[in-house]
Amino acid sequence: MKSASNAAEQSSDPVERAGGLVSHLLFWFFVFIPGLGLAQEPGVRNIQNIFNPQSKPAQLIHSTAALTLLVCFGIFVVVAGLLFFAVWRYRRKGPEDDNEEPPQVYGSAAIELAWTVPPLLIVTMLVLATARTIGEVQNAKFPDDALQITVVGHRFWWEVRYPQFNFVTANEIHVPVSYLSAARPVRMTLESADVVHGFWVPELNGKTWLVPNRKNEMWIQPTTLGTFVGNCTVFCGPQHANMLIRVVVQPPDDFFDWVAKQQAPPMARPAGEEGKKAFVANSCGTCHRIGGTATDGVFGPDLTHFASRETLGSGVVPNNDENLRVWLRDPQTLKPGCRMPDMRLDDKQIDEILTYLKGLK
Amino acid sequence: MPNGTTTIDTRERIAGPGEEKGTLTGWVQDLIYTVDHKKLGFLYIGTGLLFFVLGGIMALLIRAQLAFPDGRVVSPEVFDGLFTMHGTVMIFLVAMPIVFGMANYLVPLMIGARDMAFPRLNAFSFWLTFFGGCLLFFSYVGAPGLYDAGAAPNAGWFAIAPLTSRAFSEGPSIDYWSLSLIITGIGSVTGAINIMVTIFCYRCKGLTLYRLPLFVWMTVVTMFLVILFLPPLSAAQIMLTLQRYLGAKFFDTQAGGSAILWQHFFWIFGHPEVYILVLPSFGVMSEVVPVFSRKPIFGYPMMVAASVLIGFISAGVWAHHMFTVGLNSFGQTFFAIATLAIAVPTGIKIFNWLATMYGGKIRLELPMLFGVAFLFHFLISGLTGVMLGVAPFDWQLNDSYFVVAHFHYVIVGGILFGIFAFFYFWYPKAFGRMLDKRLGLLHFWFFTIGFHLTFDPQHFAGFLGMPRRIYTYHPGRGWEIWNLISTIGAFVQGIGILFFVINLLWSAWKGKIAGDDPWDAWTLEWTTTSPPPEYNYDKIPTVASRRPLWDLKHPEDPDWRFE
Repeated sequence: MKSASNAAEQSSDPVERAGGLVSHLLFWFFVFIPGLGLAQEPGVRNIQNIFNPQSKPAQLIHSTAALTLLVCFGIFVVVAGLLFFAVWRYRRKGPEDDNEEPPQVYGSAAIELAWTVPPLLIVTMLVLATARTIGEVQNAKFPDDALQITVVGHRFWWEVRYPQFNFVTANEIHVPVSYLSAARPVRMTLESADVVHGFWVPELNGKTWLVPNRKNEMWIQPTTLGTFVGNCTVFCGPQHANMLIRVVVQPPDDFFDWVAKQQAPPMARPAGEEGKKAFVANSCGTCHRIGGTATDGVFGPDLTHFASRETLGSGVVPNNDENLRVWLRDPQTLKPGCRMPDMRLDDKQIDEILTYLKGLK
Repeated sequence: MPNGTTTIDTRERIAGPGEEKGTLTGWVQDLIYTVDHKKLGFLYIGTGLLFFVLGGIMALLIRAQLAFPDGRVVSPEVFDGLFTMHGTVMIFLVAMPIVFGMANYLVPLMIGARDMAFPRLNAFSFWLTFFGGCLLFFSYVGAPGLYDAGAAPNAGWFAIAPLTSRAFSEGPSIDYWSLSLIITGIGSVTGAINIMVTIFCYRCKGLTLYRLPLFVWMTVVTMFLVILFLPPLSAAQIMLTLQRYLGAKFFDTQAGGSAILWQHFFWIFGHPEVYILVLPSFGVMSEVVPVFSRKPIFGYPMMVAASVLIGFISAGVWAHHMFTVGLNSFGQTFFAIATLAIAVPTGIKIFNWLATMYGGKIRLELPMLFGVAFLFHFLISGLTGVMLGVAPFDWQLNDSYFVVAHFHYVIVGGILFGIFAFFYFWYPKAFGRMLDKRLGLLHFWFFTIGFHLTFDPQHFAGFLGMPRRIYTYHPGRGWEIWNLISTIGAFVQGIGILFFVINLLWSAWKGKIAGDDPWDAWTLEWTTTSPPPEYNYDKIPTVASRRPLWDLKHPEDPDWRFE
C-alpha cells in the first residue's frame, strides 16, 4: 500500500531530508509491522499514517512535525540519560553511606542561567518553524479555477457539494490527483448542520473542525491515487465512531467522467419502477433526495447516484445487496443510534426499493 | 531507617473531643462533625480514592470494549457515558479532592499552624465536593431510572457545545454534569481561599515566604489558579443551565449562539486545571527528591520563580486546545508561542531536580522510586506537549489517541505517580506505621509496567489516525495491535492498584511502627508525633531556615548560615 513518495516533493532542504528518514523509520515501525498479514482492499488506504503524507499540506505539516519529533527525541535521550546516570552513579551503595551526609549544595546562579539558554534557543527555533508552516498552509494562494468543495457535517454522515458542477453527493469525496506538472489544489469549505464535527484524513491534511454557524477552510492537493479513509474526530453522538470519510483520488480524466455522471440524472431502469413508487409512498423523500423524482429531503444523504458509492452508512459497511437489505430492514442494527429510523418495510417493499436503489448509478 | 527515633522534645498527649469514643458510631460521628484539617484531609483523600476505583473500573470497561475491532462489550450509548464519566470523575472527583486533601493535611503541619484559618469553611468545602460527586453518580440511578444505565452524562468531559443543547441532548444527563460540577466548583474555590489565607496568615515565627517548603509554595500557586480559573467553568455551566431551562441562547447554534464561545470558556478553565493538578505533584517531588538524595533542593528561588511563571503563562495558552477549530494564523501563532514558552520554566524545574540528585546519596525507597518514575514520565509528557504545541503538528495530533496518550502521561504518569510518592512518603506521618515495602514494590512494578503498556501504544494509534471517543473501529486500519496491548496494560495497572489498596489497609493495621521521623527528613511536620495530635504542635515552633530539622540535627552546620 505504500507508494514511493512523489519525486516532485523531494527536496534538498536538510530538515526535510531528516524528516524523510524519520518518516521512513516510523512507516516501517508503526505501519508496516502491525499491517503485516492484513488483507487490504486494492487501492483503499485504510491504514493512514501522519508520517506518510500524500498531499501538499500534509507534507508541509510533516516537515515541521518530523523536525519537532527529532528535536524532542534528542532532548529525551539527553535528559533521560542524565536522570538514569544520576540515579545509578549517586545511588546509596551501602550502610556506610549513611554515616555522613553528602556535601550540601544550595544552587548556583551561573549554572542555572546556563541551562536556561538551550531551552530558550530550542523553543525559538520551533516557534519559527511553526510560524512558517502555519503561514504556508493557512495562507496558501490558489488559482481562480481551483476545485471547490463544500463539506457539511451531519450526525453521522458527510454531505458533499460541488458548487462549480452543481451537484450534491455524500460520504465519498472524489478529487483529481496532482502531478508535478499540474498542481490541482482542492479547496474545501467546512460547515456543520448540527453539532461540531472534525474532518481528518491524516495523509491528506491535518484536521479541521466543522462548526455550526461558521465556515472553515482547508485544502488538499493529493499526489497519490487511491481511496483515503478518515474519521470524524470530534465526538458528535452515539455513531461518532462510524462517521467515516472516503476521499477517492483519481486521474483527472476519471474524475471528470465521474463528475459528468453525477451531474446527469440517474439512469431510468424499468426494473426499478415499483421500488421508486415504494420509496415515495413510504415518505423516504422526507429526508432523502433522488434527482429526477419528487423527493427533495435534505436531512439524509442525497441518493441520486447511490449505487455509485462504495459504502453504506458513511463507511459502516460495504455497499452490497446483503448489507443494503439489512439496512433497509432496520438501519439501527448496522449503525445503532443513527438518525434513520426503522421504517417497518415488509419484504416485498424491501426487495423493490433495493432493486430501485441498485439501479441509481 | 537510620535515625528513626529523632525527636525534638517530649510532649504529653492531651485527648481531644471524640478521640476516646472508640465505637463505630463515635468514629463516624467524629468524621462527620470534624473540622480538623487532618481528618478532612483523610476525608478528601478517601473520597478521591473511592471515586478513583469507580473511575478506574470505567476505564477497564472502555479498554475491554476497544480491545478488539467491532467490540461488543457495551452499547454505544453506554460507552459514551463511560468515557464522559471516566474523564469527569478522574479530574473533578479524584484528582481535585486528592490535591485538596494533600494540601489540607500537609499545609498546616508544614507551616507550624494548629489548623486551617477557617476550619468550618474547610468542612463545608469538603462536603460540597463530596455531595457534588454523589450527585454526579446519582445520574446512573436518576431519571430515567435504572433503565438503560440511567442518564449518565454523555457529551465528553468537556461537554462540547452544541451537543449539550436540548436539541441534541434530551433528558437530564447534561444537567447532572453541570449542576454537580457547579457544586464541587464552589467547594474548590472556598477551599482554595481557605488554604491561601492559612498560608499567608498562619505561618509560624521565622517561616518567611523565602523559607516556605516548596510543597507549600506549589500549593500557593495551585490555589491561586483555582480561585482565578474555576469560576469561568462555573459561569459557563450556569449559562448552559440557563440555556437549557430558561431560553438563553449562549451556546445554542440553532438560535445564532456560538459553539466556539463554549470552547473558550471551557479551556480558559481547562488548561490552568492541568497545572492545578500537576503543581502539587511538583511540590511532592521537591520534598521527596531532596530528602532521598540527602541534599537541599538545588536553586530554591529559581524553583519558586519557575512555578509562579508557569502559573502565569498557563493563563494564556488555552486556545492551544483549539488549533483545529479554525483560528486565523495570528491566533495560532500567538498560542503556539505561549505554549512552547511554558517548556522553558518546566525544563528548568526538571534540571533543578536532576541537579539535586547529582552528587547526592540517593536512597531508592518507595517514595523516591515513584519520584524517579515521575521525572521520567513527566519528561516524556512534556516533550509530547511540545509536539502538540507546534500548531501544525497539532492539526494532525489533536483529537487523536496521541492526545489521549499525552494527557494520560501527564495525569497518570506525572500527577498520579506524584500522588503515590506522597502516599509512601507521608503515610507513616499520618498513620504512625510504614507502608509495606514488598507490597509497595509489587504496586510500583505492576503499575509502572501496566502504565507503559497502556499508554505508549496509544501514541502510535494516534499517528495512525485513530480518533478519540470512538466506541468501535473496523479491522484493517492498523490499530488492532496497539489497542490490544493497551487493554492488557490497563488490567496490569488494575492489579497494581489492587496491591496499593491492600497495602493502605493492611499497613494501617499491621505495618511497621514508623516513629516521628522515619525518613530523616527536614520539614516541620516530622517534628511532631506520628500521627500528629489534634492540635499539631503543643508549642508553636520557630524556624530559622528552609530545613528546620537539618539545623537541629546539624547544629555545627546549620542552613541559615547559607541562605
